[in-house]
Formats: sequence, C-alpha cells, structure tokens
Amino acid sequence: MKFTIMINEGPYQHQSSDSALQFARAVLAQGHEIFRVFFYHDGVNNGSRLSVPPADDRLLQKEWSELSKEHDLDLVLCIAAAQRRGIMDASEAERQGLDANNIIEGFHISGLGQLIEGGIQSDRTIVFGD
Amino acid sequence: MATKKFMFVNRKAPYGSVYALEALEVVLISAAFEQDVSLAFIDDGVYQITKGQNTDAIGQKNFSNTFKALGDYEINKLYVEKESLEERGLTQDDLMDLVWEDEDDDWAEKPSIIMVNRSEMADVMAEQEVTLSF
Repeated sequence: MKFTIMINEGPYQHQSSDSALQFARAVLAQGHEIFRVFFYHDGVNNGSRLSVPPADDRLLQKEWSELSKEHDLDLVLCIAAAQRRGIMDASEAERQGLDANNIIEGFHISGLGQLIEGGIQSDRTIVFGD
Repeated sequence: MATKKFMFVNRKAPYGSVYALEALEVVLISAAFEQDVSLAFIDDGVYQITKGQNTDAIGQKNFSNTFKALGDYEINKLYVEKESLEERGLTQDDLMDLVWEDEDDDWAEKPSIIMVNRSEMADVMAEQEVTLSF
C-alpha cells in the first residue's frame, strides 16, 4: 500500500513527529511504500539542522534525515510554512537576501500542491498533529 | 489526475493559533487540483465562519472574507456540526451567509453551508477518501 504522511507539529514540543517516525518505520518494515512525508505548520521545524538536544535525548531531525537516506524518502517542507518560521534552504535564503540557511540533508522545500498530490496518489494519507 | 473526495476538518478557533489560517491555504490550493472538496466545521472550528469578526485589537489579519470566495472555486460543501454550535451558544444565524453560484441552474445562488448533526457528520466523514484535520 502507498502512504502519504503529514506532520503538523514541531519536534520535542509535541509527540507528532515521534509518532510519525515510528509509523513510517513500521510502514516500511511491512513492505509498504511511502510516497511522501509532508511537513506543515510547526512541523517544518523537523527540517532544521541546528537543533542541539541534550546528549541523552533523541535528535529527531537527524533520525528523519537518516531514514530518508536509507529508504530514499521524499521529505517535503511546505514553503509558505517554512518561510514564516525561518526554515530555509540555500537557494531560498539567497532569494530572500538572508545570511544563513538551516535545512538538514534529506529534506527539501516545496509547495502545498505536493500535499494534495500525495493525497491523490496514495492509498492512505495519515495526519500526525495536535 | 484522478478525482478523490477530500475533506478538510476544521477544529480550531480562527485566532489564538495559526491552524485555521494555514488550513485555509491548503483548501485554496486543493481547488487547483479539481478534487471533490468538502469542509467540516466542528468544535471551536465553527467560530471560523461566524459573522462580524474583527481582529483590530489583536493586530492579526482578519481572513474570514476568504471563506466567501470558496464558492467561486467550486468549494461549496461546508458541513457544520449542529452540536458544536449549540455547545457554544451559537445558531446558524451567527454564521456568515456563504453561497455559491450553480452554473447548471442559470447561476442561481445556493447556500454552501450544510447543517448536520454529529452522527450525520460521521457518515459524511466515512465517505471521504482523504481527510486532513486541522
């Protein structure tokens, strides 16, 4: 079965990213396909490479990044939500005249159409949020 | 591209958090994909379509007029849960008059708001293929 996963909350503040990560691993372990993971609202903070949690805590952004590398996942941060919250890739930072970018490897920034397309193309769309 | 039944479930008040505003942005984008779109308003989400919203004192954008444009994008099934209104002391008279023009009926103006009770809402949700909740 083909899944699209939507994550609407940031890491640490809320369990949504943890739950989605575990769900994604379970989906892949059972031989299903993940068409796309779409991050919206504060969920775009899952794509920052500047998080430094205490050493005994999980680093969620890195876990997503590694899962993406391992399974060639399409991790999409909504551009409008990301711009509001200061999550930038190099080209977007340059376009906005900003002096830094902070996106972690494995994620990319794109539009809300990617979420709707995910819903159309997938057998199931699962939302993790508040 | 295939057509699916999409439902956007609005559960939160329009201000106090950004969920409602950003949910509406998703709804507007979905219009470009020519899907069979419905909206549900439950819990505090019913406040999103109340009349006479005024955000002057909180310094935020009043986006309630955007709901009036949805009919122009053929988004004309706005299910509102009666119990959620009643629990908040509201009636349908407190909601904006949201309409759409039916091109198959000489552009007659028709109401977009469909009042349903909780169990009817469950039935409508069960018919959907993609449900995104905000």
